[in-house]
Amino acid sequence: MAAKQTVSFKLNGKPVDVVVEPRELLIHTLRERLAHTGPHIGCETSHCGACTVDLDRMSVKSCTVLTVQCQGADIVTIEGMEQGGALHALQEAFSEQHGLQCGYCTPGMVTRAYRLLQENPDPTEEEIRMGMSGNLCRCTGYQNIVKAVQAAALKLAAAREAPRKVAAPAPAREETPTPA
Amino acid sequence: MADMDVLERQKKIQGLGVSRLRKEDARFIRGKGTYVDDIKLPGMLFGSIVRSPFAHARIRGIDKSKALAVPGVVAVLTADDLKPVKLHWMPTLGGDVQAVLADQKVCFQMQEVAMVIASDRYAAADGAAAVEVDYEELPAIVDPHFAMAPDAPVIREDIAGKDEVGHGKRTHPNHIFTWEAGDKAGTDEAFDNAAVTVKQEMLNPRVHPCPLETCGCVASFDKVTGQLTVYLTSQAPHLVRTVVAMLSGIPESKIRIIGGDIGGGFGNKVPVYPGYVVAIVASIVTGVPIKWIESRIENISTTGFARDYHCVGELAADNDGRIKALRFSALADHGAFNSHVSATKLPAGLFSICTGSYDIPRAYCRVDAVYTNKAPGGVAYRCSLRVTEAVYLIERMIDVLAQKLGIDKAEIRRRNFVKAEQFPYTTSLGWTLDSGNYHPALEKVLKAVDYEGLRREQAEKRSRGELMGIGISTFTEIVGAGPTKVCDILGIGLFDSCDIRVNPTGSAIARLGTMSQGQGHATTYAQIIATELGLSSDEIQIEEGDTDKAPYGAGTWGSRSTPVAGAAAAVAARKIRAKAQKIAAHLLEVGEGDLEWEVDRFKVKGNPSQAKTMKEIAMAAHTSNLPPGMEKGLDATEYYDPPNMTFPFGAYVCVVDIDRFTGETKVRRFYALDDCGTRINPMIIEGQIHGGLTEAFAVAMGQAVPFDENGNHLGNSLMDYFLPTAVETPHWETDHTVTPSPHHPIGAKGVAESPHVGGIPCFSNAIVDAFAHLGVTHMDMPHTSYRVWQQCKALGISAR
Amino acid sequence: MIPREFEYHAPTTVADAIGLLHQLGEDAKLIAGGHSLLPMMKLRFAQPSHLVDLGRVPELKGIREEGGTIRIGAMTTEAELINSPLLQAKCPLLVEGAKLIADPQVRYKGTVGGDIAHGDPGNDHPALMIALRASFVLRSATGERVVAAENFFRGTYDTELRAGEILTEIRIPVPAIGTGACYAKLKRKVGDFATAAAAVTLRMQGNKVQEAAIALTNVGATPLKATAAEESLRGKALDDAAIAEAARLAMSICDPVQDQRGDVEYKTAMAGEMTQRAIRTAAARAAN
Repeated sequence: MAAKQTVSFKLNGKPVDVVVEPRELLIHTLRERLAHTGPHIGCETSHCGACTVDLDRMSVKSCTVLTVQCQGADIVTIEGMEQGGALHALQEAFSEQHGLQCGYCTPGMVTRAYRLLQENPDPTEEEIRMGMSGNLCRCTGYQNIVKAVQAAALKLAAAREAPRKVAAPAPAREETPTPA
Repeated sequence: MADMDVLERQKKIQGLGVSRLRKEDARFIRGKGTYVDDIKLPGMLFGSIVRSPFAHARIRGIDKSKALAVPGVVAVLTADDLKPVKLHWMPTLGGDVQAVLADQKVCFQMQEVAMVIASDRYAAADGAAAVEVDYEELPAIVDPHFAMAPDAPVIREDIAGKDEVGHGKRTHPNHIFTWEAGDKAGTDEAFDNAAVTVKQEMLNPRVHPCPLETCGCVASFDKVTGQLTVYLTSQAPHLVRTVVAMLSGIPESKIRIIGGDIGGGFGNKVPVYPGYVVAIVASIVTGVPIKWIESRIENISTTGFARDYHCVGELAADNDGRIKALRFSALADHGAFNSHVSATKLPAGLFSICTGSYDIPRAYCRVDAVYTNKAPGGVAYRCSLRVTEAVYLIERMIDVLAQKLGIDKAEIRRRNFVKAEQFPYTTSLGWTLDSGNYHPALEKVLKAVDYEGLRREQAEKRSRGELMGIGISTFTEIVGAGPTKVCDILGIGLFDSCDIRVNPTGSAIARLGTMSQGQGHATTYAQIIATELGLSSDEIQIEEGDTDKAPYGAGTWGSRSTPVAGAAAAVAARKIRAKAQKIAAHLLEVGEGDLEWEVDRFKVKGNPSQAKTMKEIAMAAHTSNLPPGMEKGLDATEYYDPPNMTFPFGAYVCVVDIDRFTGETKVRRFYALDDCGTRINPMIIEGQIHGGLTEAFAVAMGQAVPFDENGNHLGNSLMDYFLPTAVETPHWETDHTVTPSPHHPIGAKGVAESPHVGGIPCFSNAIVDAFAHLGVTHMDMPHTSYRVWQQCKALGISAR
Repeated sequence: MIPREFEYHAPTTVADAIGLLHQLGEDAKLIAGGHSLLPMMKLRFAQPSHLVDLGRVPELKGIREEGGTIRIGAMTTEAELINSPLLQAKCPLLVEGAKLIADPQVRYKGTVGGDIAHGDPGNDHPALMIALRASFVLRSATGERVVAAENFFRGTYDTELRAGEILTEIRIPVPAIGTGACYAKLKRKVGDFATAAAAVTLRMQGNKVQEAAIALTNVGATPLKATAAEESLRGKALDDAAIAEAARLAMSICDPVQDQRGDVEYKTAMAGEMTQRAIRTAAARAAN
């Protein structure tokens, strides 16, 4: 067996250490060792996006990343979207717009939408569909997911403009888009 | 003022008809759902299946030694290990038997041959890669048309001596059954005498439901108590429990099946798969929990596929396009085992709904089912039991007839619709459609899309050599299996159930025999009960899926939850309300007849300030202050045997523009009107329509499970199996009419499969319509750009 | 779903990476973004004993212009290409092409060097690079050599890259003013490989073609430089007949594999159609 390595990274703001074989996939480390079963497995060919996490401010399919590649990384999963008991605007919007049915794609969708709105806070419908094209859904037909992202964009914009007036939670990790 | 108060109270109830947000969302938006791969039990081992690379082969030998030497591997199970408990074969839900682990031969590529049990999934994968199997390849049958040739290789040697497999006489070793319905002689006569006849071969290609979560289980046998618990991706937990009891000899009272959160079913999660059985056996043998989760490629390649119906459609009509007779036949490719759900008397499901929304005096249909060297299945994928195949045929054939006669495709439908005054209408194939109102639905849709304007636009585009198509689908669905006289699986009637308990402080818990996989039952059943009982749907807990708790039911498939379990919920709630009325009368010291119900309370007629709310009654029901002789508590259970199926219907229009240089199709517009009777939660219905239409789009435009001539898969991963993204998926416009079901307690019909059943032919009709002026009468699915381009090329219009 | 076991190495310099390749021999594979290699390893189609990860080598990052040449570090991701103001201004073909690769998540990890070095005829950058007259810097223990893109691809999964060599940089001559370019890619859905695609750059003078570059994706064992098609356009007025002839010549070199995207006839015809569309769009952009 290949020598195991200790890998240390931040998961939803907390430091974690794991000891893994090089071949261990990040999705398995998250789900099996770190009890974060929000990201899901829907395929083995890197198509479906159910495993999407936010890694160093990038949307990444965690089934196609080795845990040993994550030394020092800053990883956010669906479990980290709720802050201080307050849901993220996207989580609220997905429910309000009925953007989920079986819920299996939802963690990946919300996590990807989070980064999408960081990249582009005011996307058109076409940009949302393109921006979410790495996440498959079988239940919703995407239409209400698009509406959810649009609604969340509005909520986040309102929160930016009047943080004291609006009760919507300020996301903990809002940043400017990654420069080239 | 009184009205305001009533409105306020109705709002608080959040009951029937309200687009209230879903109660189940809270865990899903946080990633806190419990799907089967989230389950971890102490000591749990992991199973990985070794599968055949050949579609048809003898097994000469299996060498486990290298696998057993892989660190972490605990056991390697083969058919020989299952023989002592007689579990190497199992009965299917279709009346056949299926190999659990292949014994002596394999009959489809990727058939299960062995299961490696290991400490974790990495070791299990290494172990599976190390099992060595010696195969002797045999010729494979891939095309069902050759299955019954005199010299065809025999696939099912295990049943070679049997002249029937559950559904009547077999005429060939690869023949499963022949089923027919209707009046053959009368239909043939009508065809012989008809002014016009049309005939068209049509294929429903093999496709796969492909829910985002694959199938899997955690099986846990407790050696001390003898209790077997299985966490399972199952749409029908009770049926599985009964089957497992029959298979294993463990008393059914010691078996607990738990369907937790399921990531989509679409019919894929109804059958009992070999992986479940081997995991159960492995748990019994090892005494620890065993987890088996299949991969996506395994899912597409080996679990319940859909369709593979090779049809011939014929209509006989007069010169005005009035259909006089219908003659449909299908060659059904069931794969290597007949494993799909069918009611015992209906091995071809509900295919005989194929007269559709039309008043057709004579009809005959016949299905011949055969074995081939492919994975078993056939009934799945939002099909309502072969209704997708039936509706595809009639909706395409009426377009074929329209083109032959030069009659507008909307007009020919108007001329043939069952009229409103004819309901309840018994079709010439024996189904009694409960209610329908087809003409206004079609008119509403045609007006909404400006149908005449579209036809004008089409004419103008045609004059410039552009391809534009308008597709219409006016379908009638049949859902809600079903009346137990007609509908049973392995003998068990397809009733369903609801058990409601109201507690002293006025909230309630209801358990049902169905199993949501995303349909929102925790919300919709609560809404039904909320309106009946006058309690807020927020305070009505719904439970499904744990067979230790839920009353017996047949699960969720074929859009049966609302028609059957929803009815049970309403009836059970009404039993409670009837008892509550007696209690209220006692508390208010009036006669029962002096009371009237208003939203959430009984009021004394003429003295409305005298009232008792359901909450007050609930408390009273647990005290001594009850009418003499009345049993304490406020519970009811209803096992509901529906008197009939329900028949939702719809009218859809699709507009497409086709690029003749690439064959690409752009869906410009899709307008879907659905009538499912009483609408419980319009938001949830709309979500189901979006989802069903998207799956219809996928089937019509790109899905197939293709094989080469040796039975090897050619596209069984998501690289090739077409699951559209948000970019390809069209925008959906939804609309509705309401024609309640006269026999359902709340007038509701099922709805979730309608968009799929009605959507698929709508897309096909649109594509064919785009070429109709060039003489094209039919094009088989999938309508990939490649295949559409081939049509353009054949017509000489593909080049600049 | 589970790769076979392997040893993992994460050097921080190119020199160290090359040293590892020498030390570990044939059984070692470089991993860049990992989104071609890891899926193959998960299905056990590839089973290297060692992975040498280039993800922590800063020398391999960066996009800059030096003396009329754009220099792109091989480990630059698709997302970085798309977001680069330099490329948006001076080499928009590369930005357009990168946007058509895979999906947003894959683009955050997939690298231009990995896409090129993998040798998969379905990848998009090879044709883009040929159309851009790019060249690749290959470094080994003995030094560097520069290979033109059009000479780099030999067969399916077979490139000029020798054992012990690493592709470190892509060099693209800054397209001249008045150049228009387009990548026309036909695919079954977002994220799919091309059924057929054409990368075209045109330098125009009025309506006459001064320079043309045409390269095709996924219609042969390698990306295909449509040399005859290019020559047929040079010096010509760009009318329907000229475009049709260029497309015909492009089709004549196609040798696609039949698969679920289509048969040989369809893919070839689509290569022609994509060539036509790319030429027209490139010409329109050149006019601006």
